[in-house]
Amino acid sequence: MNFFEVVFQPGIMDIIVKMLIILVKAVVVVGVLMLHVTYATYFERKSIGHMQVRLGPMQVGPHGLLQPIADFIKLFFKEDIIPAGADKPIFFIAPVISIFAGMTAISVIPFFNGFVIADINIGLLFILAMSSLNAYGVMLAGWASNSKYSFLGSLRSSAQVISYEIAMGLSLVGVMMMSGSLNLSDIVRAQERFPGGFYWPQALGFFVFMVAAFAETNRTPFDLPEAESELVAGYFTEYSGMRFALFYVAEYVGMILMSLVAITCFLGGWDGPFAIPYVPFAWLFLKLYFFIFLFYWIRATVPRYRYDQLMALGWKLLIPLALLNILGTGLVKVLLR
Amino acid sequence: MNPYLFGYLAAAIVGLSAVALTRKNPVHAVLLMIVMFFHLAVLYLGLGAEFLAAVQIIVYAGAIMVLFLFVIMMLNIKEEIEGERFTGGWPLGISLASGLFLLLIIMTGNVLPGQQGIYTAQVIASQTDTKALGSVLYTQYIFPFELASLVLLVAVVGAIVLAKKKLR
Amino acid sequence: MTQRLWPLAVYFFLVIAMVAGMIGLSYVIGQRHRERETGQPYESGIVPTGTARLRFDVKFYLIAMFFVIFDLESLFIISWAIALRQSGWAGYIEILIFISVLVAALVYLWRLGALDWAAGKTEKER
Repeated sequence: MNFFEVVFQPGIMDIIVKMLIILVKAVVVVGVLMLHVTYATYFERKSIGHMQVRLGPMQVGPHGLLQPIADFIKLFFKEDIIPAGADKPIFFIAPVISIFAGMTAISVIPFFNGFVIADINIGLLFILAMSSLNAYGVMLAGWASNSKYSFLGSLRSSAQVISYEIAMGLSLVGVMMMSGSLNLSDIVRAQERFPGGFYWPQALGFFVFMVAAFAETNRTPFDLPEAESELVAGYFTEYSGMRFALFYVAEYVGMILMSLVAITCFLGGWDGPFAIPYVPFAWLFLKLYFFIFLFYWIRATVPRYRYDQLMALGWKLLIPLALLNILGTGLVKVLLR
Repeated sequence: MNPYLFGYLAAAIVGLSAVALTRKNPVHAVLLMIVMFFHLAVLYLGLGAEFLAAVQIIVYAGAIMVLFLFVIMMLNIKEEIEGERFTGGWPLGISLASGLFLLLIIMTGNVLPGQQGIYTAQVIASQTDTKALGSVLYTQYIFPFELASLVLLVAVVGAIVLAKKKLR
Repeated sequence: MTQRLWPLAVYFFLVIAMVAGMIGLSYVIGQRHRERETGQPYESGIVPTGTARLRFDVKFYLIAMFFVIFDLESLFIISWAIALRQSGWAGYIEILIFISVLVAALVYLWRLGALDWAAGKTEKER
């Protein structure tokens, strides 16, 4: 069989077409995600600015619309400084782990009915698994930098992230019980019977999840790892240039991921009160923008927690509440079986 | 499962473990172990054991390795690794490991395949392995399961006892 | 199963390629200079002394240990949640005992003060 026959035998073309479709889908998702990350920074600066009676960025483009792009281009020209005494390979790889964990977790989120990159059966567990890798980005960055601020920030942050991970995993158990599946498309379909989604039968779980999501993404009121006034920038104090940008992007990807999980598990995913023609993903994105705004709103409103309060909140309130929610939901489900 | 994929995974798992063992820097070894766990998880995925693959990453890569890192950072091992304290026992370790490996080779010929239950690969694939695992674990293996919870309780108490002096 | 894994693999490599591209491009066009203090870790303008890898509180180790244990328990709970319909009342009672043991461990930690982080507490306050 010569080369020509190999390429054009039936089946191979099929596979190539399929692979192309997969590739296009992946490129679209990554592209849309990066665009959202870029403009989430602009959105944050604008909304916080207006909440503080400022205008926010105004110089680059109309109403500062091109500001995030200018920032992004500028970062390419910045120097990537490695502190003396740093553990080089680990210093290099830590931000990559951070961004990789967030970006891959998004691959199992259904954007609308039938559009999901990897429709795997354990979707929700996959997200938990990937976000559990976030702790490494933080820990390794702080350890490798050979700087005291970084080290203390990473210690704090990793203890916080792993504590709230348990609460987050447990808060999603209610959703798993209600839908009987870990596949995110199935979870969205199971919510059709509940107008609006699982957020009202699973109110307790939703609350625990949202608090844990804020802590997992290191956002205010739980932004202790990067508490500027005491730790400069926490675990990425020593990072500069593109690697700093990777951490920054990872934070926003984390926010988008947490919002998407909340939407998919509690707010009916791609479903809305009425169907919008031609744009099946419209509801999902509207909900996403609302959640992103919520992150900024809370940042502008609530002061930072103290570290002992933060750990107490996670272990003494959220985990018992999540367990209570599990037992309650389980009882109802077994009674109605 | 695709034999090439399996070959790659098997080689990568063995290779990564070997490289991890020979690292002088324990943090590098931990990182290599995490990559190795990912290969193991893909191996499980290919065999249709999705839940196990997720557990592999969540528990081993996500939790136990974090604990390792904390211990390494707490002991600041980077300076102590040069001494005999952590590396002195290698002849014993190697002889024990090779003894176990020899035992494994001898035993593989004598392993009897268990009788086939109702859970064939098709059944598990149709109802997802998470569901199959749960329904067996919570109906047939009640006692061992409760025992597991007590073992975990013992672990909590053990950790506290080790650190108690510092707590008070 | 492998059918569903392909998209995941493609996406994995795409993300890696994007990150590599970003770092590679900034490596090529980014500026570079080396002076006496370039590699100095930032300490608010003061020359750092001693090692940066400070000894830290044993509580951090304890939290990591509890994390492993509670993470395991939550996975058990998840496998029960998925098989809720199959296991029925027997499963519910079983998980009730399981969660009770978990809560007992939590209460034990709580009473012992392993979850308190404020250092300034006196015996009376406890």
